Amino acid sequence: MSALHADRRLSAWLLAPGFGWLLIFLVVPCVLVLVYSFVERGAYGGIDWLFTWENYQRAFDPLYMGILLKSAKIAGLATLFAVLIGYPAAYAIARAPRRHQAVFLFLVMLPFWSNYLIRTYAWIVLLNREGLINRLLQMFGYSGDPINMLYTEASVVLGLVYNYIPFVILAIFSSLSRINNELWDASRDLGASGWMTFRRIILPLSVPGVAAGAVFVFVLSIGNFITADLLGGKQVQMVGNLIYAQFLTARDWPFGAALSFFLIAIMLILLFVQALVARRAEGGRA
Amino acid sequence: MSQSRSLGGTALNTHLWLVYAFLYVPILVLILLSFNKFGLPTAWGGVSLKWYVSLAHNSAILSAALNTLIVALAATFIACVLGTLLALGIELRRKGSDKGHVVDTLLMAPMIIPDIVLAIALLSFFNLLKVGLGLHSIIISHAVFNIAFVCAVVRTRLKHFDYSILEASIDLGASAFTTFRRVLLPAIFPGVLAGGLLSFTLSVDEFIIAFFNSGSGQASTTLPMQIYAMIRFGVTPEINALATLVMLVSITALLASQRLNKAPRTHE
Amino acid sequence: MNNSSAVLILDKVSKSYGNGLAVDEVSLNIRENEFFALLGPSGCGKTTLLRMLAGFETPSGGCIYLDGKDISPLPANKRPLNLMFQSYALFPNMTVRKNIAYGLEMERLPQSEIRRRVDEVLNTAQLAELAERKPDQLSGGQRQRVALARALVKRPRVLLLDEPLGALDKKLREKMQLELKRLQLESGITFIIVTHDQEEALVMSDRMAVLDGGKVCQCGSPTELYENPNSRFVANFIGVSNLFEGVRSGQHTVRVNGQELNVETDAPLVPGQSVAVVVRPERLQVLGEGETCANQVSGQIVEIAYHGLDTNLHVQTAFSDKPLIVRVPSSQCEFAHFAMGMHVRLGWQARHARVLTR
Repeated sequence: MSALHADRRLSAWLLAPGFGWLLIFLVVPCVLVLVYSFVERGAYGGIDWLFTWENYQRAFDPLYMGILLKSAKIAGLATLFAVLIGYPAAYAIARAPRRHQAVFLFLVMLPFWSNYLIRTYAWIVLLNREGLINRLLQMFGYSGDPINMLYTEASVVLGLVYNYIPFVILAIFSSLSRINNELWDASRDLGASGWMTFRRIILPLSVPGVAAGAVFVFVLSIGNFITADLLGGKQVQMVGNLIYAQFLTARDWPFGAALSFFLIAIMLILLFVQALVARRAEGGRA
Repeated sequence: MSQSRSLGGTALNTHLWLVYAFLYVPILVLILLSFNKFGLPTAWGGVSLKWYVSLAHNSAILSAALNTLIVALAATFIACVLGTLLALGIELRRKGSDKGHVVDTLLMAPMIIPDIVLAIALLSFFNLLKVGLGLHSIIISHAVFNIAFVCAVVRTRLKHFDYSILEASIDLGASAFTTFRRVLLPAIFPGVLAGGLLSFTLSVDEFIIAFFNSGSGQASTTLPMQIYAMIRFGVTPEINALATLVMLVSITALLASQRLNKAPRTHE
Repeated sequence: MNNSSAVLILDKVSKSYGNGLAVDEVSLNIRENEFFALLGPSGCGKTTLLRMLAGFETPSGGCIYLDGKDISPLPANKRPLNLMFQSYALFPNMTVRKNIAYGLEMERLPQSEIRRRVDEVLNTAQLAELAERKPDQLSGGQRQRVALARALVKRPRVLLLDEPLGALDKKLREKMQLELKRLQLESGITFIIVTHDQEEALVMSDRMAVLDGGKVCQCGSPTELYENPNSRFVANFIGVSNLFEGVRSGQHTVRVNGQELNVETDAPLVPGQSVAVVVRPERLQVLGEGETCANQVSGQIVEIAYHGLDTNLHVQTAFSDKPLIVRVPSSQCEFAHFAMGMHVRLGWQARHARVLTR
């Protein structure tokens, strides 16, 4: 390969355009946001270039902390349910004959690739006061008030689980399918029951996949805007909605920037933890 | 994990089917409603295409769709060119190169950063440079994460690549450029196309970044923005027809991308 | 014996990579119309050497002359040598026909000429019906023929082959060995083959060079290397050997484990010199009652390895730690009722024992 490899210059030419684009339109904007979080908001919504800790101090205010914690709670619940529901599904697919697995996985991923707004809107249609579920209930004789299912924390959690569960299933399946079949046999041969084998061999070995899926769901859920906005409305405010408000209505960009960095910090910490889990579990693969 | 080895057979399978039901019922409901003459879940009025027809006459939606198409095509084109070059630049390096990790992290970033953060970052950037907002700013923004996806797809393809065909081409007398043009590009083209389709789909569906970076005015509204406005401020039954069509486009593009991305089979 | 001149001369060619020498001052003369083999274990530098000839690696030292001209400064695509790659490296997006035509297109030949030559080679290689197929629709053997055709159609001065038969199964490999030899004779092109399989080199080559650690150990015809290895390495690498370590006690004697062996050698006597004595298994005989031989030793059969036509007897003697390996026709084995634990006497002629100083 030396005719093409050794040419450093060629490599540099190839990398430059893409690298340059990402540098200008990704790195610089992010650095800018970091900078903004340390400056003051101008009188009319612009920027006053004065250094301040104020934005971060405000973020620690009980009101905003409360929102951050609530976001964490909602994201946490979504993660929990996604994993609880997703794990058995992934397990079921892993048990299927190999040639069917691709189809099963494809069917799981298909909704994931359709429009996010539309998927969320579909739940409005179902959960609305004049929505499908209420209609069906009426058809079956229910005569009370239409049930309020939308604009609650529960509906937001539901929307998040719905949107992200395909990825969790995929991640867990990935882990499960890598487990060597013979481990199962060896465990049974040594006298363990099916449940024991699952609990002590299969489950621990699938942890990296669970961790990857969980981190993915949590990070995306806590930073999500659309689901909270459409399914939660004014009643459910998450960090995403808060940031949206700072940039569009309150015009307090520095504060919005500070809030964004909380999101990024959480994301980086979780990614780090997940990488640790994955590395620790590497040894168990036979 | 074969059948005879695991536990809870029927229960697990039932659970799987319930999960599928959970995933698909909402979508199917939308599709059904789009054909419902009454357009609302109130009652079933018989099959009708009237919402599709009315959709075709809705100028706001049509212009938004056109904008989305322009944005997606432009962003995809930029992403395919830059992303492929990037992938080649990374994979063609001799092993053990120093800059490896930096580039890898940089490429992962657009895919995992919360999209609202990316959206405001770009807004701040454009604002600072006093660049007016419009379709062009959306295109630039979309290209950012599209490059990362195209690069990832092409890199996966390059990992299974038999580099000796490049040497064979040179050995047979071709120049480096001819080798690039006649041997390398055709060989990775399916991967580039798959990445392009993927990025096209992502652009078509993308809402938040477009929303923040489009400025005001109908001239730069994309379809997801239009859908959002309709959901938030004025639900009409046309939206179900629109939803069905958009899903159809995304799914078709995804299917095509999957087809192209199958690893090359070798005959033995 | 042809008295043709050298077509390719390697003059003290070296290649170093950071922490060591992959090729160490290799000098070789490769003749016109010759089938030459570079043989050695993995890591001996043979592939690096081949790649330097093709132009994909630059020598750190020394020169390479083709027809008297120094080709070291020539880039790979300008050299009149062609390489057949181990993985065949067929272009996946082109049909068999286009693959073969590619090299000719690079020479800017007229289309009619290209078509004619490609058709010609398709017929000779029996690839005519496969001409419109793509590589992923061909079997391993078919792909190999296409790779060969693609290189040969350019009529290079020298054809380089990198482990060409490695991916084939045994029967196909044996067939292809003879096929390649025939091809070389018919085309008159010099072939240089790189292989780690000594049997292959023995069958196919006119001359071969054994490499170890980047250096040429010995270069010569297969018969020379087999009958007269110049070092323990070559003796062990090619074929099977019985090797004894000893000390020279006279011009034609070597003392091994207290016993005097009769040998034949021209090497000047250096008394007390440590040497190895090599005897091939087929040169050892099982002596019958009363038979004698210049060199004799007795032992016990500890292993009988049946190989169909022949049988290898492993005989443990007091003479050496490792059992001696004797090759006998299986029919003799049956006749003499050789069995495990049986005591036998082995003998060999003085002229069949080689003395190695390295």
